[in-house]
Amino acid sequence: MSKAGQEPIRRRRRLHGMMFRLPLMITCEAFEDFILAYLEGDLNARQTFVFELHLKLCRECRDYLDAYRKALELAKACGSDEAAVLQKVPEDLVAAVLAARDC
Amino acid sequence: MGCGLEADGKSSIGTTIDDDAVITLKAGEPRSTERFVRLHVGWMLAVATRIVRDPHHAEDAVQNAFANIFDKIDEFGGRSALKTWMHRIVVNESLMLLRKIKRTDTVSIDDLQPEFDANGCRFEDHWAAPNTPEALLLQSDMRAQVMGQIDLLPDTYRIILVLRDIEELTTREVAEALEISEANVKVRLHRARAALKRLLEPLVKGQGL
Ligand SMILES: [Zn+2]
Repeated sequence: MSKAGQEPIRRRRRLHGMMFRLPLMITCEAFEDFILAYLEGDLNARQTFVFELHLKLCRECRDYLDAYRKALELAKACGSDEAAVLQKVPEDLVAAVLAARDC
Repeated sequence: MGCGLEADGKSSIGTTIDDDAVITLKAGEPRSTERFVRLHVGWMLAVATRIVRDPHHAEDAVQNAFANIFDKIDEFGGRSALKTWMHRIVVNESLMLLRKIKRTDTVSIDDLQPEFDANGCRFEDHWAAPNTPEALLLQSDMRAQVMGQIDLLPDTYRIILVLRDIEELTTREVAEALEISEANVKVRLHRARAALKRLLEPLVKGQGL
């Protein structure tokens, strides 16, 4: 955990436990199950409201979702780089493909 | 002929480009066939490598894909861009090879899932000033580093992330290619992304891998 010391963390957690009992407030664990659907735009208006309410009130889930999105963005970037992946044409492979085409 | 054939078959004049390429392939004239192979072999090999990981297997997959493309060019109906059609073929050929590869050098997906306390409250360190993906991607080897971490995921999860997030197939297309349900694709995709988030944390926090 962070260097901030254990007491504030414990207090945060107690606060969280109480917060989860408020109407429309879901636990982080329930929030987790909605992340994909939220990012895919699959949640209805009420579900979106509940999801975003948790996000507003919970720093842990905000940090988590932010890192999740950054990781996802980095992964997606791996596909947009076709030219740089291969600077030179693999001559052996070209020859093999063309040889197979001829016979 | 300056042939107007561009790797991006999705450009605004895509249909004309595709028509030219299809005519070239059907005619089977050696020099234009070679031009066609040279134009596409690079990105196809990149796709195959992302799926099968091993460069030799990737070359096999690309060779099989070209054989398939030459065989089936008469069936290409122009319903999609030629490149999209070719992309599906090289993905399928790579998946076929992947089924034969057994791996043991992977991380445990369960160990990389988020953690919660008894109240369902998340454990997550606070990040003071995380790096942005844009800034990270300025580093020349960043994509290779990220791909190296993706490669650590067990294949049943890795392949979903590669097909959905990198190769940009839809959930339905991934489900069909792997013969699993769409619900299963979504569950595995989220777990794969969650695990990758953990694996990439040191990079995003600026600590290096
Ligand atoms: Zn939370």
